[in-house]
Amino acid sequence: MNYHILKKSELDWFIKKLSRKMKVCAPVAKGHGSFAFKEVKSAGEIALSYIPTILPPKKYFMPPREKLLDFDLSGGKPSDTAYLEAVKTALFGVHTCDLAGIQCLNMVFAERPRDYNYLLRKESIFIIGLECNAYCDGYASCALVGNHNPNGGYDLFFTDLGDRFILHVGTQKGEELAEGLGLARAVPADMVALAGVRETKKAVFRNEIGVGLRNLPGILAGSVDSEVWKDLGERCVSCGNCTNVCPTCYCFDMADTINLDMKTGSRNRSWDSCQFESFAAVAGGENFRAERAERQRHRFYRKFKYPLNKFYRSFCTGCGRCTRTCMAKISLKDTLKALAAG
Amino acid sequence: MTEEILNSNWKLRKGLITAARQMTETEKLFEIKLEGRELDHEPGQFVQVEIYGVGEAPISVCSSPTRRGSFELTVRAAGRLTAHMHSLGKGDWVGIRGPFGKPFPVKLMTGNDLLFVAGGLGIAPLRSLINYVIDNRREFGKVDILLGCKTPANMLFGEEVAGWQKRLDVNFSCTIDRTDPDWKGNVGLITSLIPGVHINPEKTFGVVVGPPIMYKFVIAELLKKEIPERQIILSLERHMKCGMGKCGHCQIDHPKNYYCCKDGPTFTYEEVKAAKRF
Repeated sequence: MNYHILKKSELDWFIKKLSRKMKVCAPVAKGHGSFAFKEVKSAGEIALSYIPTILPPKKYFMPPREKLLDFDLSGGKPSDTAYLEAVKTALFGVHTCDLAGIQCLNMVFAERPRDYNYLLRKESIFIIGLECNAYCDGYASCALVGNHNPNGGYDLFFTDLGDRFILHVGTQKGEELAEGLGLARAVPADMVALAGVRETKKAVFRNEIGVGLRNLPGILAGSVDSEVWKDLGERCVSCGNCTNVCPTCYCFDMADTINLDMKTGSRNRSWDSCQFESFAAVAGGENFRAERAERQRHRFYRKFKYPLNKFYRSFCTGCGRCTRTCMAKISLKDTLKALAAG
Repeated sequence: MTEEILNSNWKLRKGLITAARQMTETEKLFEIKLEGRELDHEPGQFVQVEIYGVGEAPISVCSSPTRRGSFELTVRAAGRLTAHMHSLGKGDWVGIRGPFGKPFPVKLMTGNDLLFVAGGLGIAPLRSLINYVIDNRREFGKVDILLGCKTPANMLFGEEVAGWQKRLDVNFSCTIDRTDPDWKGNVGLITSLIPGVHINPEKTFGVVVGPPIMYKFVIAELLKKEIPERQIILSLERHMKCGMGKCGHCQIDHPKNYYCCKDGPTFTYEEVKAAKRF
């Protein structure tokens, strides 16, 4: 695949050109040191240097609330239809951790029985990644999971080379956009500069917990009854923030809404959280994860143990959002270190 | 842009309630006929029942696929959806997704002796298998049915159970937890019936369905009888919300990351013995 060059002074032109083709969403400063993906019309609105947004880009792939069915009861016998409402969107400035998050969700929803709401919506999204040349902050653990460097998952990928961006083309769609805009091809000096960025990063990004990812499933398997979970359970308030902001948490709930005519309505899905007390409860009264400690353990297992066996990859992307957002200051890195220390 | 998702797995088949009967104070039996082709389930599977505007709940199919034309659900009024379902009757429509889940391993059971142990509402999923076996009786060896319930008033499928009792090709025993003046049978926990059953362990499948508390004790009895772990079959209860191994609610705390809706609800004891809870 090709490499192209975009001067930083041309970024605004690029965004404006792109926004004529589709809706463009990018990280925007929200104040209080927070950022969020939202629609932009110009480069001036975009925060090129940002810590992971409050919500990850999963909100575009799996909206917090999404209609699965419309139903109509007016004919006696009910009828229903499944519609997808999706707007052609370009996500600009997606960090490598979040690219990995989207890859995880792609795997989950492509498993049979397939989730076509997700799979069809995904097709309407064009992804432009943006490399992190340094850590966003101290909460990230992207090197632990190998997400500090790009591992695919984009149509175009931007790396900052000072006065210009070098664009790696990931897909034919990406190539068509770059060619269509007449972007210059990268020259050998640009490739040297890119290699320099990656070389510098090697010294910057180091496994943040001092334990290899491959060892974690074993460490977690051996820590089912660890005191660490008890400690987490005592501090956790079951608010569900950690799972809402997680780029790979996809658990959901479903509920019906009936319109005022009492004849039509819809069936909807919304984000749910395994941290909520009733998440694993059944109507008969049993609750299979009644304790906060069990639910926290479950969350860690679903990031570092189960998916490594099932999908051959970590479902923690290293973005650090769960730690950043936790009201009880539960730290993902400290928890893993404590478990590894036994 | 709006497009129709033609192959959406969320779409519901339309089921007409063709008969409904209150069985006990808390359980109601529904006979449902699907529009178009049949449900085509196997014993031990479940469906998601949608009451439009109210929501969905997972319910075990309690009828055998050998009884064609319609299927049956035993619904205990336990939650919001099931309580609402009790207000439905003949002529009402519901939405159906499924069948879902791994069925009982009926093919592996061929030629073997079968020991069925049902506690409380566990008789509902097990009835789909029991009637399947009765309808294909010559394919199986000796059949023992052990049934336990709290009181005679809680007994489900009373007439049908009386029919099993009369049959010469199955052995049937029943016990109630608490004594009752009108009851002439056994009193005591279901585990008390197991020692009396003659078992040839190598060629016996023990199929156990009941409340979580029951499993531990019944399994211990079956292991005492030396039934191999992989021939002890359980059907586990979890909140199976999507039925497709995605929504996360039914995941079992087990090293193998089981989704009860997709990897279960039936498991061999060998498969799930490492679970934190049944």
